[in-house]
Amino acid sequence: MARVVIDGKSYEVDGRRNLLHACLSLKLDLPYFCWHPAMGSVGACRQCAVKQFKDDRDTAGRLVMACMTPAADGTRISIDDPEAKAFRASVIEWLMLNHPHDCPVCDEGGECHLQDMTVMTGHVVRRNRFPKRTYHNQDLGPFLTHEMNRCIQCYRCVRFYRDYAGGRDFDVFGAHDQVYFGRAEDGVLESEFSGNLVEVCPTGVFTDKTLARHYTRKWDLQWAPSICAHCGLGCNTSVAERGGMLRRVMNRVNPEVNGHFLCDRGRFGYERAQRVTEDPEKEKRTPEDSEKKGLSESSGSSGVKRFSEFSGSLCGLLIGIGSPRASMESNFALQTLVGKDHFYSGLSDLDASLVSLILDILRNGPARAASLQDVENADAVFILGEDVTNTAPRLALSLRQSVRQKALERIGKGGIPLWHDAAVREAMQDEHGPLFIATPYATRLDDVATAVWRAAPDDLARLGLAVAHEIDAEAPAVSGFRMPMNSMADALRDARRPIVVCGTSCGSVPLIQAAANVAWALRRQGRAADLCFTVPECNTMGAALLGGGRLGAAFEAEADTVIILENDLYGRAGAAQVDGFLGRVKHVVVLDHLRTRTTSKAHLVLPAATFAESSGTTVNNEGRAQRFFQVLPSREPVMASWRWISEMLVAAGRTGWASLDEVLAAMGDARIRAAAPPAAGQRIPRRPPRYSGRTAMAAHVSVHEAPPPPDPDSPLAFSMEGFSPEAPPPLTPFFWWPGWNSIQAAHKFADGPSGVRLIEPGQRGAFFREVPAPFTPRRGEWWVVPVHHIFGTEEQSAMAPAIVKRSVEPTLALRPEDASDLGVSTGGAVQCMLDERTYRFRVQLRPELPVGVAGLSLMGATKGVGLPCWMALRRA
Amino acid sequence: MERPLTKNLRSDAPDLAETERVGGYQAARKALREMRPADVIDLVKRSGLRGRGGAGFPTGAKWSFVPMGSDVPHPKYLIANADEMEPGSFKDRLLLEGDPHQLIEGMIVSAYAIEANVGYIFLRWEYRVAAQRLALALRQAYERGYLGRYIMGSGFSFDLHLHVSAGRYMCGEETGLLNSLEGKRAVPRSKPPFPQSSGLWGKPTVVQNVETLCNVPHIVNHGADWFRTLSLSEEGGTKIFGVSGKVRRPGAWELPLGTPCRRILEEHAGGMKDGVRLRAVLPGGASTAFLAEDQLDVKMDFDSVARAGSRLGTGTMIALDDRTCPVGMLANLERFFARESCGWCTPCREGLPWVQRILDSMEEGRGQPGDIETLQRHGRFLGMGLTFCALAPGAVEPLRSALTLFRDDFERHLREKRCPWR
Amino acid sequence: MLTTQERSAIEEEREHYPTARAACVEALKVVQRTRGWISDEALRDVADLLKMTLDELDGVATFYNLIYRRPVGRRVMLLCDSVSCWIMGCDGLKEHLKMRLGADLGQTSADGRFTVLPAACLGACDHAPALMLDETLYGDVTPQEVDRILQEGS
Ligand SMILES: Cc1cc2nc3c(=O)[nH]c(=O)nc-3n(C[C@H](O)[C@H](O)[C@H](O)COP(=O)(O)O)c2cc1C
Ligand code: SF4
Ligand code: SF4
Ligand code: SF4
Ligand code: FES
Ligand code: FES
Repeated sequence: MARVVIDGKSYEVDGRRNLLHACLSLKLDLPYFCWHPAMGSVGACRQCAVKQFKDDRDTAGRLVMACMTPAADGTRISIDDPEAKAFRASVIEWLMLNHPHDCPVCDEGGECHLQDMTVMTGHVVRRNRFPKRTYHNQDLGPFLTHEMNRCIQCYRCVRFYRDYAGGRDFDVFGAHDQVYFGRAEDGVLESEFSGNLVEVCPTGVFTDKTLARHYTRKWDLQWAPSICAHCGLGCNTSVAERGGMLRRVMNRVNPEVNGHFLCDRGRFGYERAQRVTEDPEKEKRTPEDSEKKGLSESSGSSGVKRFSEFSGSLCGLLIGIGSPRASMESNFALQTLVGKDHFYSGLSDLDASLVSLILDILRNGPARAASLQDVENADAVFILGEDVTNTAPRLALSLRQSVRQKALERIGKGGIPLWHDAAVREAMQDEHGPLFIATPYATRLDDVATAVWRAAPDDLARLGLAVAHEIDAEAPAVSGFRMPMNSMADALRDARRPIVVCGTSCGSVPLIQAAANVAWALRRQGRAADLCFTVPECNTMGAALLGGGRLGAAFEAEADTVIILENDLYGRAGAAQVDGFLGRVKHVVVLDHLRTRTTSKAHLVLPAATFAESSGTTVNNEGRAQRFFQVLPSREPVMASWRWISEMLVAAGRTGWASLDEVLAAMGDARIRAAAPPAAGQRIPRRPPRYSGRTAMAAHVSVHEAPPPPDPDSPLAFSMEGFSPEAPPPLTPFFWWPGWNSIQAAHKFADGPSGVRLIEPGQRGAFFREVPAPFTPRRGEWWVVPVHHIFGTEEQSAMAPAIVKRSVEPTLALRPEDASDLGVSTGGAVQCMLDERTYRFRVQLRPELPVGVAGLSLMGATKGVGLPCWMALRRA
Repeated sequence: MERPLTKNLRSDAPDLAETERVGGYQAARKALREMRPADVIDLVKRSGLRGRGGAGFPTGAKWSFVPMGSDVPHPKYLIANADEMEPGSFKDRLLLEGDPHQLIEGMIVSAYAIEANVGYIFLRWEYRVAAQRLALALRQAYERGYLGRYIMGSGFSFDLHLHVSAGRYMCGEETGLLNSLEGKRAVPRSKPPFPQSSGLWGKPTVVQNVETLCNVPHIVNHGADWFRTLSLSEEGGTKIFGVSGKVRRPGAWELPLGTPCRRILEEHAGGMKDGVRLRAVLPGGASTAFLAEDQLDVKMDFDSVARAGSRLGTGTMIALDDRTCPVGMLANLERFFARESCGWCTPCREGLPWVQRILDSMEEGRGQPGDIETLQRHGRFLGMGLTFCALAPGAVEPLRSALTLFRDDFERHLREKRCPWR
Repeated sequence: MLTTQERSAIEEEREHYPTARAACVEALKVVQRTRGWISDEALRDVADLLKMTLDELDGVATFYNLIYRRPVGRRVMLLCDSVSCWIMGCDGLKEHLKMRLGADLGQTSADGRFTVLPAACLGACDHAPALMLDETLYGDVTPQEVDRILQEGS
């Protein structure tokens, strides 16, 4: 802590910060552009000038850049000093010389940091009489609009895209007053994190192209705090709607999870997460196929009536299949309805065993489940099996920061403050690591790896086990194993906060065990080693915590009626098996918001709400329970799955639940309940104070303003009454503060973490002793591992138009040698028989694949194939 | 009067044998064989040598910030700043073309002092003749074992490379130079950390002007006391002074530091050409403040010129005569600086083009009320510490002084809505 | 495609630096020496050779004024327009050149023979006004001298 005097008043601030950060933390208004809380200071914009005084006798003082000056004890500054103010106004004036002033047609208008700062400095009159410069704009793909004339050259975009996110297809060009930020030529931005430019750029140069299709000003949007539904990491988001249409997703800061950034799947994957009304053809919830089975009604209470007609009266067996993409509450509701013994968790059998193994490992300890923030701070990382960028994208961004930790430590010792990004990067140069990546195929993090190794999952497990043994001799030895990556064990042992990253994507039990052994070996050596396991879906971990029978067992059960919760069984098991099961069961009821092969086989489909249409809790890969809240007002017949089930309970003469709180109470886990605080005092408005058209919006229906729709499930209101900035972090719908209309307002809010960790480790973990045999290739057959794609693998985002544009065609990846043995080349096709069906795949050559291993895109139909597995391939 | 720097200068550059005959590489031999690195640093400190690239920082003191010993980051680098692009400056070119071995020897000794094993000569592309002569001299020096491994049988190794740049004044700013050498845009780096601790590729690095380095062998050969006696003031050594503009004999001369400005202008440059009268001079290149006619008795050394309100800079003066429009001259100066701004920080990137446009419009008779105030504001707000590097503060030094010295001329432009000199 | 000579010249430059990237400006000059300017294709070839992306190399290339990203005439003239040369009359030379070549600063004469570019102080201020034609420096240049230089240079 340090004492600093600002305009004559004394404050306690964190002395490790710079003055700008300190001032903002005190909620003082000081304009800035180039500084960013996650990216530090570079001193380019010169907007944050304040006057600094040597001591209390110094009255002259001198102007300094607050972001480049440490908040050292005893510092005296003035923000209000006339010269400082005049200089700051002058900086805005310079930035405005060439600015087009096109706020009315700019998508940033109303949430623009440049607008805010201009108002804040008081610069109002244009004195420059000379012509403005103009630039060419680029087509950067489906996610971002590029409008360079609005650029104020703060360099934040390049710093984020290149320095922070590691992208190399974006840069700054030219010199003097002709600098250009973009790509060397038009084209899709390659980085999986490009969407963050929308928030990083303080002006309207980079705006959300998906928003532009259904544009609404920030102040006119209705917002809710949400949790990303598109992978297992649970990034915190703010989602927005107007007029019943979902419009956009923005980042919501959770320092322990996503911090300031999202991945592009999470940001742009939202567009199909609501009832699609513009295009009836694409109406997801019309159960047309079910009509074939003589059931035409499925909506509203009539749906429940139909359900009770044939199931309430029936005496046969009722079973329920839950889902890793449905909320805790909905899974719990189904479990309650059908009873614990007849509830199946809905993961594929392989995933179920992998995730329960992970759960055991994390519970047994001593290694903890790492948060993304822990990963970012790790000083050595070992990735076993995961292609992180494609399985848990945001984690890749955290790992990119972790590779700087070792060097940061050295640089920090040399006296350079770590917020001083310009100095830090120069001192660091290309130094990075240690990061070891052992995966079956190349990953997008290889460029920052200390060493990479490609092998079949069993061999990766052997590597992990061998490393564990080298770290701690207690761990089982791997006989005959030659270490491919030298000094890896040493590097991990030399670290203070090493982390092992592994996950379910290779489908390998030994691999996960190996990861645990490495972390535990490090723990035994006194290192604070953690484990970061990725899991496939937004509530995979929650589903595992809730438990339930295996899907295979569900298929065996002599059920008369099955209720399937938000789950496409064809993605979980072989088509023949699922066909058999669904054919056998008399009544198939599916609750879902996606149209899937399973809904097409259902007798009754009940329209379930998406994450945007309901509230609930998901548990992320780290075991953190987090609440998401409804943003789209309820619309008949769509209901949260748990509500459908509640009505079924009531129809069956049992007690249901009237609100989410009641479900949570019934669940009886105080920690899950505490994921977000309950309602207290006045409700938190989902609408900004400047929300307009409240009465006019529905004037064509009625000139009377309808009362806000009730929301029994949250402390939030579909209204603009109240003051949202005081909401606790899990309930903060959007970032706005008087004078701070852009996302930069985030610093005005409490910066505590949100969510509750459900899994804390014990001290029980004992090394896994089983060592898999070395992988042996087969003739004519390949061990086919799943290849995940950030755009396309995850089913809830896969249909979003912008994501569709970025999706690749599914391919089968082969070593060039293997392909030529098969007589195919890139673009050619191979086929194989699986589950009595013939599949055809386009071939892609990947020279790095290990001998005997192939990779298959995990998308759509290939999900039920049961990867990884042996496949006999031949030329198609 | 001794002229150590220029005494062996030849229009066709002396070759190695000739250089050796007149004592070339003796200092390197002496330093490497008889002195410890710390001795060399100490000697240079005592000599009072100050950087000749413009800022006048004491060279020995700069070297003493370099971390020494065996457990410091390596390799350390020594760089000769031969980017000379400050308008009005042409002194380094003379040294580079006329006696490349002198620079090489200076670099060997300096590198030895800071235990740097790798060096670069950062040369602007336009110095084609210098590039050829340096390349040849480097080859000769390598052949004779003055460069490379275990120089002259000592334990010291030094590899010296020639890097030819591709334009941009910012490359001369020492941290911009480092980025440029790394193959990046020549945007400056922040200081601290100073290059001496974290420089080229993050390693300890010293950047030194050509003329500074050329002084070093002579200090080693003749001692610190001798060096101090060369000068007419407290600061040691000679300086290459130059004069351009409408003088009778534009040129450059090695003279004692502290030689009065007027003497240089009149005795060496021969005074003004017929028909023109001197109004003011930029004493040390384009980024120094004007000295008025009545200030010309100032002694040309760092401290004296600073006391007079300007800077010694590169010591190459530009004379402004009464037939030349000061507003036009300023417009020319600011066009240069605006064009050479690296584009990193706002005040310089946006402010200098605005200044230039105002000056241009004044010249075209389209100046407006308030323009002078806008110019003054830029003079203030582009000052040292307010921009990221020293380019913009340098750019407004002549502006600020001109607004005081030639205020009437500015006002006449506005009043008469034309340039009175056109 | 880079020629074998270009490639080996670049690789020779590469030897002087610990990183490939550091040689990029030199590499661009190698290519420019033979081709006059850096086309998009040449840029890509150099980027590939130095394991840089197109964006990274172009970010550097467009910063330096002596790397030409647009075609230039057979000969490039750098006309100093800095202060000493301005005092000594470089504007007159500029006008003269414009008249003679029909091309303004930054343009190429219609016959494709000359491109005239403004240059920062050439370090020949004692012989102002100064200019360079390709690699040769000329001092104390008068309009008559310009005519002679153009004559020689064609
Ligand atoms: C914009 C700018 C351009 C500069 N150009 C040069 C130059 O061309 N040559 C030079 O020696 N120093 C130049 N300098 C000064 C260098 O930054 C640095 O101070 C100098 O090379 C240090 O050497 P010295 O101590 O021997 O003078 C320039 C400084 C600035 C701010
Ligand atoms: S595009 Fe945006 S982020 Fe990038 S420099 Fe311009 S204003 Fe800053
Ligand atoms: S990383 Fe996962 S949770 Fe985060 S935004 Fe992307 S898809 Fe959503
Ligand atoms: S003052 Fe700023 S813009 Fe100008 S050259 Fe220096 S860093 Fe670049
Ligand atoms: S925020 Fe401080 S200089 Fe940009
Ligand atoms: S000003 Fe033209 S050569 Fe120096």
